[in-house]
Amino acid sequence: MAKILAVDDSASMRNMVAFTLRGAGHEVQEAGDGKAALDAAKAGRFDLVLADVNMPVMDGITLTRELRALPSFAGVPILILTTESDTDKKMQGKAAGATGWLVKPFDPEQLLATVARVAG
Amino acid sequence: MATIDLSQFHQTFFDESREGLDVMEDALLKLENGSDDPELVHAIFRAAHSIKGGAATFGFSDVAAFTHVLESLLDQVRDGRRAADEETVELLLQSVDCMRGMLARSQGGAAVADATSEALRERFAAMLGKPAEKTDAVAAAASRKLPVDGWRIQFRPHPNLLRTGNDPLRMFRELALLGKLVVKQVQVLQEPRPAFAELDPAAAMLGWDLELRGDIQRSHIEAVFDWVEGDCDLEIELLHDRRAQAQAAAPAPAANDAAAHADAGSIRVSIAKVDALINMVGELVITQSMLGDIGEHFSMDRLMQLREGLAQLDRTTRELQESVMRIRMLPIAAVFNRFPRMVRDLERRLGKHVKLELHGESTEVDKTVLEKIGDPLVHLVRNAIDHGLETPEARVAAGKPETGVLRLEARHEGGNVVVEVVDDGAGLNRARIVEKAIERGLVRPGQELSDEEVAELIFQAGFSTNAEATDLSGRGVGMDVVRRNVNDLGGSVGVRSRAGKGSTFTIVLPLTLAIIEGLTTEIGSERYIVPLVSIVESLQLKVQDVRNVAGGGELFHFRDEWLPLVRLYAAFGCADAVTRVEQGIVIVAEAGGRRVGLLVDALVGQQQAVIKSLEAHYQRIEGISGATIASDGSVALIVDVDGVVRVAGRRRAA
Repeated sequence: MAKILAVDDSASMRNMVAFTLRGAGHEVQEAGDGKAALDAAKAGRFDLVLADVNMPVMDGITLTRELRALPSFAGVPILILTTESDTDKKMQGKAAGATGWLVKPFDPEQLLATVARVAG
Repeated sequence: MATIDLSQFHQTFFDESREGLDVMEDALLKLENGSDDPELVHAIFRAAHSIKGGAATFGFSDVAAFTHVLESLLDQVRDGRRAADEETVELLLQSVDCMRGMLARSQGGAAVADATSEALRERFAAMLGKPAEKTDAVAAAASRKLPVDGWRIQFRPHPNLLRTGNDPLRMFRELALLGKLVVKQVQVLQEPRPAFAELDPAAAMLGWDLELRGDIQRSHIEAVFDWVEGDCDLEIELLHDRRAQAQAAAPAPAANDAAAHADAGSIRVSIAKVDALINMVGELVITQSMLGDIGEHFSMDRLMQLREGLAQLDRTTRELQESVMRIRMLPIAAVFNRFPRMVRDLERRLGKHVKLELHGESTEVDKTVLEKIGDPLVHLVRNAIDHGLETPEARVAAGKPETGVLRLEARHEGGNVVVEVVDDGAGLNRARIVEKAIERGLVRPGQELSDEEVAELIFQAGFSTNAEATDLSGRGVGMDVVRRNVNDLGGSVGVRSRAGKGSTFTIVLPLTLAIIEGLTTEIGSERYIVPLVSIVESLQLKVQDVRNVAGGGELFHFRDEWLPLVRLYAAFGCADAVTRVEQGIVIVAEAGGRRVGLLVDALVGQQQAVIKSLEAHYQRIEGISGATIASDGSVALIVDVDGVVRVAGRRRAA
């Protein structure tokens, strides 16, 4: 089972993601913005990062770029959470080094299916 | 896999959405006041975006549809394609209100979209130049295609594909879930092939030709490769060239019919407070195991250890208690924050200029107080603007600045929370109040009234001085209701006013369930607790230290001062108490900047006292702030030093 870093400024979304992933046996660490996530990433190893795009302090795109600059994150999947309409964000995320994305809104089954594509 | 009940996250969603709306409102007001900080627009956008994401995820489709249009408009503002002009801001403020309503209805399980929300949504859509889609648009049903035998897939990753964390092996595994996957050919893409030592392990250099057999939709295959579009060359063609129309059908979002739950009454607590609690519980567990060990293998030489353990238990329990109490305490900012918007709206409707000042927003109050203090404050603020502050013309005529100042202030004051609403308006209209009171039969014509008595009149039931009730303050809710609400919280409300200078409404609220640190004293057979915060010193006096003064009072000499001496046994009527000063103990206590000596028989010890209101069980007694249950089960009264000082002062004045 994977160790996953879940990053979202919205507590309800973060709770839902963490609850779902923990229910599937993953280990989840939560962070409320990009900066907190980056600090957590520097302090530990993760198998996967799930990051919201729109966040205060540091957004998900910047976070992705910063994570990719860390030697310990080479090849570690990073998925950004974005909306269907936001083609720009998907492309920006990819340019920053994101592995892929999960389109909001998603339900727990979609989340687990997506996570299964890159981890576990 | 067991399905997950999403409704468990609803309360958090509602809480954070309301906070998001507060953020939006606050930022919009700043924009309206001329701020051009780009972060404001970003903050508004983020808040709307989060609400939209949550609403869609948790199945509040009307809210999601509304925020979706709102977000598109905000996107234009963010990109500078649309100015944040007055009309746009006004419309956005209206949408904040509208969303508050929608969220409340979502929570109550009622129909969510209403005429207002639909009208606003259409207006936004018109501004965006496209027709609004119906809220309950049904996802287009995917039409059934002709069956296919399978697909040929040519996949040539670019060297950087692996660096983004994508992995061809995982992708193949996904494909294998769709049908039977056959690898037809693998080729090395880089020519000439690099020497082994020069191989870059992070670069992709293999290409694959695959066959995926089965009746599979093309879109499902494309979905496997969607993340690597642009990072590879990809060709997907039908096996055996059978005709089928490739079409992209977006997966329809799963319907979520989880019923909205009523407000379960949750509280958001900062991590720091929770961590403090967990810490304390950790300590408690350690102490418990230590004491348990002493208990099991006890011998007299371990007595010191036992005492130490008990002292530690005492400390930890106390800290734990404090931490638990602190959880219920929330900053009053949650209530104060609604006023900038309200004041702005009132200014516009009444044609008055008001500068709102907020002080002490971080003052923490009990959650119950926080929830119930809103309405009284709203009423006081409305009153201050409606009745208190004058029109700009009247102010200029009175030689005052055009803009009136309305100040809301919260602070802790000696175990109480004090909230003040201060305006620099005309003050209470004494003549009008008296006239009205006579008309209502509250006072007799010709009756002499002090300023305090006049001010008291406005708190009488059904009292309102405005000839025609405005739609603001005259909603049938008067100052009497404000007083009742505050009294229900165990607090009091009063007013000070100066003609032409303004009025100050002061609400004093107790910290509910307050715990005080006190010194237990003995007077006769009774026990009294003096709050530690008000104690300066305790000492034993000699007979010659005490002087009698005219009017029956007594003074004693303390550090170059003469302080009044209050014999508590006399004040509280205790029998069998020590009456000779030199046999008792005098506690020098301070309240409201004044010092006084309290004569008691003896000091018993220091203890924490959970204040139980006396008024709830008996009646209010001057000089006593409450009662507490001592560790032996007996009742001890808590001395209200401020009250005692007042009583003493009055006695001397009399």
